Amino acid sequence: MSEKLEEFDNRIIFAKTLITLANEDSKIVVVCNDSVGSSNLTEFRDLFPDRLIDVGIAEQNMVGVAAGLANAGFTPFVCAAAPFLTGRALEQIKADVVYTRTNVKLCGMSPGIAYGELGPTHHSIEDIAWMRALDSLPIVLPADEAQTAEAVRWAANMVGPVFMRIGRYKVPSVSQGQSPAFIPNKAMRIIDGSDITIIATGTLVSRAVVAAAELKAEGISARVINLSTVSPLDTVEILAAAKETKAIITAEESVTRGGVGGAIAEFVVQNHPVPMKLIGIDSFAPTGSTTFLLEHFGLTADSIVSSARELLKHGK
Amino acid sequence: MSMDTQQISDLAREIRIQILHTIKGAGMGHIGGDFSVTDILATLFGSVLNVDPKDPNKSDRDRIILSKGHAAVALYSTLASCGFFPVEDLKTFAKPLSNLNGHPNRNKVPGVESNTGPLGHGFPIAVGTAIGAQLAKNGSRSFVIMGDGELQEGSNWEAAMFAGHRKLTNLIAVIDRNGFQQGSPTSKTNELDPLDKKFESFGWEVRVVDGHDYVALHKALIDPQTKPRVVIAQTTKGKGVDFMEGKAEWHHKVPTTEQYEAALMQLGKQ
Repeated sequence: MSEKLEEFDNRIIFAKTLITLANEDSKIVVVCNDSVGSSNLTEFRDLFPDRLIDVGIAEQNMVGVAAGLANAGFTPFVCAAAPFLTGRALEQIKADVVYTRTNVKLCGMSPGIAYGELGPTHHSIEDIAWMRALDSLPIVLPADEAQTAEAVRWAANMVGPVFMRIGRYKVPSVSQGQSPAFIPNKAMRIIDGSDITIIATGTLVSRAVVAAAELKAEGISARVINLSTVSPLDTVEILAAAKETKAIITAEESVTRGGVGGAIAEFVVQNHPVPMKLIGIDSFAPTGSTTFLLEHFGLTADSIVSSARELLKHGK
Repeated sequence: MSMDTQQISDLAREIRIQILHTIKGAGMGHIGGDFSVTDILATLFGSVLNVDPKDPNKSDRDRIILSKGHAAVALYSTLASCGFFPVEDLKTFAKPLSNLNGHPNRNKVPGVESNTGPLGHGFPIAVGTAIGAQLAKNGSRSFVIMGDGELQEGSNWEAAMFAGHRKLTNLIAVIDRNGFQQGSPTSKTNELDPLDKKFESFGWEVRVVDGHDYVALHKALIDPQTKPRVVIAQTTKGKGVDFMEGKAEWHHKVPTTEQYEAALMQLGKQ
């Protein structure tokens, strides 16, 4: 696994896809918070100046304006750094978007610990837990370029609110030409296995793939599931993992309490309990780059491998 | 609808009577703020808004967003009196599984544009509907009704700043300036004045009118605009029933049977 795979910043394909969609559908608009640069929207603004509504640094207004645009018949994509979108405007997301069921696409840019050294104020590790608490809000975490493009197109075509994370930390392709790369509401089993299941999201999916290869060399057959839709949960695939393998590891770039690990544990414990290990972030981060922090919190292939060894030992 | 002043007055009386029946029947509601906003709603629905009760979602309708969602009974009574749904349904207000919740729900009540309740939400939404109408070039106008105490929420000033910046000429904010918030006068809690100068400095045209004067309200709501307009409607909490007028305790008090009958007398019907 020493060969370095080409890696991609998902914001770039996100912006390209939005432009394609905007060319096809005049109802597509963007609402942002002084985030044209950080959301990679300069080209969109140049092409569709009237259809990019930059409210300035005002997230509550941003989400309310988007809800109003949806009421007026448009399909707004709200593009803002994930911590400020989901934290500052949480009540607008709850009342104006989710409870009112407006057709607003909430795009949390640079989620997780993508802002590295900028610190916990700029990290978005609580977003999944907050969004999961809202009734019937689809939560989509594309893991690579192909998934991002397809998920954005799906979001544009479905009527209703969506929250999606668009990563800036570069990741390799995990879809590997699989088509479709993204199926809404469906967990993607990208490697089959019978001893243990690794359910990963976003940046952790490629790391889970590496971990599965290392485990294979040790004689452990690991199944890898890319959980690109966290809500609604693909309970069929998760139940199969619980029944067909001995243990489950979850891996995410967010807090596990209420996060992806929490979601899966809630289901597993009530339906087919198996030993589990939840890999994620458990505290505000110390100073460090994203790469450093991923290591610091054990969001690595090595950590997944050692967790697998431990779980299987306990499982015997 | 294009009602004359007498018809608007009749509509307002009808709305107030429905509010009184509904709150008495349910044993809950915000009667003081319902009565203060009634004449604003009657003027808007009676003579200003391009809305159709038979086609409440037509795309070019004017948008009316009641940001002070706790005045839901005033909105429900207005919508029912204008034919958006049967007046009979008002009896279900706040009853188990009723469509008429303590705060309005767009997906359950025809004519409601957004699920308001938490304060400071309607203004940004109205800015969005106004921008949407400009993009769609369909002539739709947007109106948001806010309580005055509600203006203490910072989100309103984000919206005011942005609307001023965009010079939205199809947006009107109406402030139901009854001078009270839940427990006390706004001036004692967190002073709003000079409210006119605040809005002017945000790029708005300001009209200060008697919020119970249908002619003044109508003019302030239909005059052509060169920028977003705020109509500061000076109102009386509990308007229409003398023992409720200007009394903080009538924010959400429910009348006794005697008070109910006295109020009905005053509102002009047995």
